[in-house]
Amino acid sequence: MTAERPEVPRASAIRPYVITRGRTESEGEPLSWESLVMTAEAAFPATLQPEHIAILKHCEGLISVAEVAAHLGQPPSVAQVLLSDLLRWGLIVTRPPIPPAEHTDVTMLRKVLHGLESCL
Amino acid sequence: MVSKAASETLAEADPPPVAAGGKYLDSNVSGAAKILVVGPLGVGKTTLIGTVSEIEPLSTEASMTQASVRVDPHVDSGKRTTTVALDFGRLTIDGDLVLYLFGTPGQQRFLPAWQDLAKGALGALALVDTRDLTASFDALGNLEDLDLPFAVAVNVFPSGPRYDADDIRTALDLLPETPLVTCDARDRVSSIRALIALVRHLINVATEPS
Repeated sequence: MTAERPEVPRASAIRPYVITRGRTESEGEPLSWESLVMTAEAAFPATLQPEHIAILKHCEGLISVAEVAAHLGQPPSVAQVLLSDLLRWGLIVTRPPIPPAEHTDVTMLRKVLHGLESCL
Repeated sequence: MVSKAASETLAEADPPPVAAGGKYLDSNVSGAAKILVVGPLGVGKTTLIGTVSEIEPLSTEASMTQASVRVDPHVDSGKRTTTVALDFGRLTIDGDLVLYLFGTPGQQRFLPAWQDLAKGALGALALVDTRDLTASFDALGNLEDLDLPFAVAVNVFPSGPRYDADDIRTALDLLPETPLVTCDARDRVSSIRALIALVRHLINVATEPS
């Protein structure tokens, strides 16, 4: 992989935006709280920041960004930045998100309705 | 935390657990949708989410940046960042779709925290408590500001006064088409029925000629 690698960390940073090295915005389209992510098949490099490794350990199956954040004990905005890094490095994959226009798509809503009704 | 990480490393080669109540979603899940559950503190948001969710509700913190805080005259304008706790749960439906329910505190000053969360949400279920209807005004106002369609569910507390639906509609200034239902947030069927009322309304909104 030729993509940039994070520097070797000196310490486990505590404050959220130290972990993201001050970044509050993800590069590229930000992942939404309900975006689903999962580790890719690729072996991850030993030079990864501990926080990135910690995230990967919570993505061994399909899981949402919000859940990753909750398991990590970090705000979703921090998880969004770190997951975007991992996505860019090819270490996680996302389920193709439902395009915003489809959120109000009636087919989608009917599917939700049907699903809820079958829970009764 | 450390021991958990270690045990997960051992499981690296195994397929991840995928039971509905487990940490991970079934691998057949191909998409996610979200609904906000809004209302004042103590109205039963987390109870309802816990009742419906297939996992123990999780909690996360959204931070409001300094820029967001300025809308609230009651928060001093120092560099403080305010965080707001959000509880959420999930429900896998029809095998391949997962519905996330995010409990969102109602106060007007949390509106900025809502904006990111409301993006892409199907709609919202606004919980109200008849013991204090005025406490719900901010949450309803936020939904109107965000133009997010919603249904109102009265979470029935044993000690709460009973009002006619019309009186509640008047007090909350609801539009005639906004669904108003009662529910018991501790009861799964009752809570799911409230969500069904919301989704039916969302379908009406989406299909009505504009």
